[in-house]
Amino acid sequence: MTVATSVTEPAAATERAAVRKPGAVRGRGERSPLASVALHATLIGASVIAVFPVLWVLLTSIKPAKDAISTDFVKDPTLENYRYLVESTSFFTWFANSVLVAGVTTVLGVFIAATTGYAVSRFRFPGMKPLMWTLLVTQMFPMAILIVPLYNLMGQLGLLNQPVGLIITYLTIAVPFCAWMMKGFFDTIPVEIDESGRVDGLNPFGTFWRLILPLARPGLAVTAFYSFITAWGEVAYASAFMVGDDNLTLAGGLQTFVTQYTANWGPMTAASVLIAIPAAIVFVFAQRHLVAGMTAGATKG
Amino acid sequence: MAVHTSRTAAQAAGDTNVARGRGRGGLKHALATHWYAWTMVAPVALVLGVIIGWPLVRGIYLSLTDANERNVARTIGANTIEASYEFVGLDNYTAVLSDPVFWQRLVWTVVWTVVCVSVTFALGLALANMLNRNFRGRGFYRMALILPWAVPGFVSVFAWRFLFNRDNGILNKVLEGGGIAAVPWLDDPTWAKLSVITVNVWLGVPFMMVALLGGLQSIPGELYEAAEMDGAGAWQRFRHITLPGLRSVSMTVILLSTIWTFNMFPVIFLLTRGGPGDSTEILVTQAFREAFVSSPRDFAGSATWGVLILALLMIFALVYRRSLRKQGEVW
Repeated sequence: MTVATSVTEPAAATERAAVRKPGAVRGRGERSPLASVALHATLIGASVIAVFPVLWVLLTSIKPAKDAISTDFVKDPTLENYRYLVESTSFFTWFANSVLVAGVTTVLGVFIAATTGYAVSRFRFPGMKPLMWTLLVTQMFPMAILIVPLYNLMGQLGLLNQPVGLIITYLTIAVPFCAWMMKGFFDTIPVEIDESGRVDGLNPFGTFWRLILPLARPGLAVTAFYSFITAWGEVAYASAFMVGDDNLTLAGGLQTFVTQYTANWGPMTAASVLIAIPAAIVFVFAQRHLVAGMTAGATKG
Repeated sequence: MAVHTSRTAAQAAGDTNVARGRGRGGLKHALATHWYAWTMVAPVALVLGVIIGWPLVRGIYLSLTDANERNVARTIGANTIEASYEFVGLDNYTAVLSDPVFWQRLVWTVVWTVVCVSVTFALGLALANMLNRNFRGRGFYRMALILPWAVPGFVSVFAWRFLFNRDNGILNKVLEGGGIAAVPWLDDPTWAKLSVITVNVWLGVPFMMVALLGGLQSIPGELYEAAEMDGAGAWQRFRHITLPGLRSVSMTVILLSTIWTFNMFPVIFLLTRGGPGDSTEILVTQAFREAFVSSPRDFAGSATWGVLILALLMIFALVYRRSLRKQGEVW
């Protein structure tokens, strides 16, 4: 833990300095009021565009169902839509399934991506080039086409309707990108740290686990965020592989609900909000690290 | 850029060739040297091999047959019917490639990808540059701008459908308030194309912005100081320091985002289902349509489309990589 803080803090400090320094030198401190206004105006505009669609759904969900299409921002706030949703669907079962699937995918995804990223970053071994290419090529797979063969495969393996089947599928979506990013992140951690671990008699696994992993927390946060979002919001596989009310995930379940009552905007918006909230919570925890984690990952990737 | 950790790693690079020539003894040696690395990548290799490799092989095989809903193995009630489809060689490929539909879809898919990626990149770059300054409220703006990334894709597509709704959507209500006639956002071929691009850009900007912001923060401030000393203006600094400094991150995100956009199934499918008519259908949604919507469901045709998509993307990646190499970029 001490190692972690001592190394990340200077890094953060330089980052801050790097941001501030050009400002000071270029006289940005004396940015004209007009430029300031323009900057804020643009950013406010962009933020509104970014937030509005989501906010609008949130606002609609707390209107009475009959007023869903009104343009008032707030009208007779009520939780009626949510009550309806919780009472008329297997909401809590779906929620539990989703937490299980997304949680396990995140933990496994982060771990597998980290070990792979570390191996590719630190060792030269036969099969490394093909592996890197495979990781890239898997991104190119039209997922819509994999569904049928995957469905058959899962059937043969007896994994249909099992959370395990879904978890494995999600791992194949999340891990390639995450491993790429983790490789880039590990590349920025000085090799001397590995060497000092070796001198102290740790084997590569020990070095990885005790020294490198704690330093890679921003990278891990991004990886976790990405894996979680991927698994949490996925619909196509979830609705193809899981049958029956008891086995559906939240996204899969509410999606069936959403298409079933196409004109019923009220509960649909409430359903959307309920799916978005857990993702938003994970996001709030991860967002502090997003930039730092992606910096390394993407620049070197 | 892999860094050599130790003696073994440095040796390993040279050893690879030697090991191949020495047969079994070499294999043992290679195992002794590389087992750490191989153990670490084993889970990925295994999972990808089974879950991606097998369906891929099967997909390629299917594309060489005449499999469809009526002749694949299936179970009706208690009866199991054996598969009766046959190997037809490259017939499917000739059929698809000589069909004008494929070329129409390809043109729109390329337009869609190029427009989406370039607009997303430009917006991401502009916003990242703004956020890379020091001012009050930066954290707040950053959080608001990353938000679209945190919302599950189909929820945000649903949100946009809600906004775009012709009769009751807020966008048309606002236009109406301004005395402008309702816009058929999703019901007119041209507007629908604009709409799907808008939504995809909205979804893609946060990723671009975060990646580029990271890239900007890794450019040393001294470079800007030096440029300022030499009397470089704001535009020159941007052109000669910022852009080259962002090169490597840009290359990666452009490649990834091109691949993702080319195959962006959810946005098109959930927003317009390829319609109105088939005006927003891209290659992936067309492949999906062959296998799941059309009747009889044409598995061989769908697999053919899938293989063609994969081939196009791989050619793109190879060309892209080669052009980077020519410019001296090692990747």
